[in-house]
Amino acid sequence: MAQTFEEISASDFFYRNRDIAGFTNPSRAIFVAIREIVENSLDAAESQKIPPEIFIRLSFESEATKDTQIYKLHVEDNGCGIPPRFIPSAFGQILYGSKYKLKQTRGTFGLGGKMSLLYGQVTTHQAATITSSTGDTNKIYQFKLMIDIQRNRPIIIDRKVLINKDGWRGTIVEFSLEGDYLRAMPKILEYFKQTAMVNPYANLTFVDPKGRLYKFTRVTTIMPEPPKETLPHPYGVDVELLQRLIAITECTNMTDFLRRHFHRVGEITAQKFLEFSGLTPSKNPKKLAHEEIVKLTQNLKKFKDFLPPDASCLSPLGEELLRAGITKELNPEYLVVHQRKPSTYGGHPFIVEMGIAYGGGVPKTGSFVIYRFANRIPLLYDEASDVSFRVIGSMNWRRYKVSPDMPIAIVVHLCSTKVPYKTVGKEFLADRAEIRREIANELREVARQLGHFLTRQEHVDREKKRISIFSKYLPRIAQFAAILAQRERIPDIEKLLKSVQKYGAEEE
Amino acid sequence: MVQKKSKSSVAERQQEVVNSLKKLGTDIYDQLDQGVFPTINMPSRSTENINYDPVTRQYILGERVVSRSARNIRHVKPFTQLAWAAMFSNELTTKKKTSTLRDVYYSAQAYEMTFTDQQESNNIITDLETVTGFSREDFHIFPEERSAIFGDLTIGYTVPGYEGKQLNLTSHPDGVLIGPALTTSEFINTKANKVIAIEKGALFTRFIEENVHNKHNALLISCGGQAPRQTRSFIRRLQKELNLPVYIFTDGDPWGMHIAQVIISGSANAAHLRDLNTPDAVWSGVWASDIVEYKLPTDPLDEVDIKRLYELAKDPRYQNDPLWQREIKMFLKIKKKAEQEAFSRYGLTYIVDEYLPNKLEGKPKSS
Repeated sequence: MAQTFEEISASDFFYRNRDIAGFTNPSRAIFVAIREIVENSLDAAESQKIPPEIFIRLSFESEATKDTQIYKLHVEDNGCGIPPRFIPSAFGQILYGSKYKLKQTRGTFGLGGKMSLLYGQVTTHQAATITSSTGDTNKIYQFKLMIDIQRNRPIIIDRKVLINKDGWRGTIVEFSLEGDYLRAMPKILEYFKQTAMVNPYANLTFVDPKGRLYKFTRVTTIMPEPPKETLPHPYGVDVELLQRLIAITECTNMTDFLRRHFHRVGEITAQKFLEFSGLTPSKNPKKLAHEEIVKLTQNLKKFKDFLPPDASCLSPLGEELLRAGITKELNPEYLVVHQRKPSTYGGHPFIVEMGIAYGGGVPKTGSFVIYRFANRIPLLYDEASDVSFRVIGSMNWRRYKVSPDMPIAIVVHLCSTKVPYKTVGKEFLADRAEIRREIANELREVARQLGHFLTRQEHVDREKKRISIFSKYLPRIAQFAAILAQRERIPDIEKLLKSVQKYGAEEE
Repeated sequence: MVQKKSKSSVAERQQEVVNSLKKLGTDIYDQLDQGVFPTINMPSRSTENINYDPVTRQYILGERVVSRSARNIRHVKPFTQLAWAAMFSNELTTKKKTSTLRDVYYSAQAYEMTFTDQQESNNIITDLETVTGFSREDFHIFPEERSAIFGDLTIGYTVPGYEGKQLNLTSHPDGVLIGPALTTSEFINTKANKVIAIEKGALFTRFIEENVHNKHNALLISCGGQAPRQTRSFIRRLQKELNLPVYIFTDGDPWGMHIAQVIISGSANAAHLRDLNTPDAVWSGVWASDIVEYKLPTDPLDEVDIKRLYELAKDPRYQNDPLWQREIKMFLKIKKKAEQEAFSRYGLTYIVDEYLPNKLEGKPKSS
């Protein structure tokens, strides 16, 4: 029998393998769909330093199977909006997007949002409606779109131009999909809560199919500095990327090529490197032989004197915002937040931020409550596989007077130009030695401060208890003694009580 | 610690008790009034401080003194409880009410002085005994367990409502409970010339049925196992005030032997107290040698029995009379024990007709 080969498009590939993008089952699918669209909205607002205002409504349409229903998802943001000519591709073409530059973004592949629409289309056969305005024109553009899955192309069903009387800016995405909301509900609500925690400057409103309103209100309008785009760092380069750079470069010698296309490479570093790898500085990069390119890639990784990547391409939350977010959602009795200095793995810069919250609204569960975030996305699945879970588990907590039966929540936020996800579904961080080390160091830092607090607390508690014991018993001794001695007047014990307060702590 | 001579007059002793409680209160009061944290000193009851005193022939507390200070966070609660117990005892004593250890535990709750458990409240009462040198019965606090007495003794009550009333202790064939009313009564007169204390209630009843009290002119006491403190103090009074010799009959095993010993020499637990023991009382049986001599039905000694015998052999209370060591050796030799009821193999009255007269006269078995 003759074997047939055929090329499949990106959308066709994901249509056939939607599990790898997280659309595993009806309950997971509805969660992932909401998450992807909301994250696009957050990115759209943040890129312009606009405090996000996001409205999400999930409404029941009809019954589908015994366990699933058809829902309509409506997500509206106040983000930058999309110029009309980009709308069809941005929503109707897989792997098309604005996220292929080197800077910190929530999404990685320009995949999630479109996957959601694709999933909606294959489960309901209905078109999606995208409405958007960039706010600087008086027009609002509305597209009805479907995806040509085999060709990975958008099909425009309808296109409308509306008058933008009120100067509205933002994007509305509306489409139908099949799912199991009841089962997904806990994760979805948890997702909103945690998103609110690391986006304390955002207003999130969610109306669920039963008409219940969940509102997460911002506590600040201060936003983190948006990340700057950056060049690739030499340590993170592979042969393919090097070949592409050579193909597009206008530089005619190696020194200029290195300086122009790589992060933190200057005149002197470039010369030193070329000497190290035995290349003449005047060599035209376009003349490099294939073997030379492979050799160059290897040398780029071997050379020790490249400066580490700087962190301007990262946008961590910062201690202040992290504090605001955790306080807002958990309202703990005590909270430490801390941010590590930037570090790198494989040429990718990253920053670890952490918060440890004790008491107050933090529940006592018998083990630590761990909130994991990567580039401000909550990671809700596969906690036990995550590197931070392992670091937390292997820590010697007794040193810090901490035990898992205390009400303690640990918030871990990793920012990076490349988050080391193990899967496309953004669920947990892979165990990279550099990242593990930074998380461990950061954990020690916050745990140390918590330990100090707990020790202090213990002192205060003991002192309070001491005083309460004396103030409980001394008056009674006086009373009983007076009765026994048959005296009318009860002796004055105020002085004794005062002395206990003054010198109490020293006696123990 | 307050040392006292034994006093016969119940009323006088009650006055001493009240005075000692008042003194305790005044001490605390004055210290508080001078603006210092009050301290109470008392003899230590730790085992190292319990010594055997050959003169009084009982355990006594040594020189070591512990100090309980209201300044100390760990002492302030027991200190308060002690002050409360003193006040509560004072009320009982002056109002002539009686109470039990259990009652004390609950009464404390009325003063928001809740004890953690019964043991804690019992310990505080023991502290109060140690501080004042009086026993809890002097404060009108009695344990739950009761023993009984039967025989020709006329007593005069001092309890409220019965003052001046008299009772002859042969009035009730089950015997009369040795309770607060009896232990606080005065002795009026008796025709008896001895006291026979019996370990078990069943044999006590048998003795009454067999008219032992008339035949031997005796006051019969049922100890109900290990004799309660009030019973021991009552036996002492019978001996001291009425000059009656005391004979003790127990089971023929290490435990019975020790029941007799505690009546004679007191217990280590009550080393802080005086006047509970009767040094001149005599253990009349059942001895290990009786088991052999009377060919009593026996049970073998078990491991615990044997371990106990070795302990007792080293106990200082067992050193002053060669009888003890001789019988311990005999028990260890025959490795057997016998209950008082074992005499029934020779008929129900054998113990009364044959054994008892022999033992009271200190004679071996008449053949």
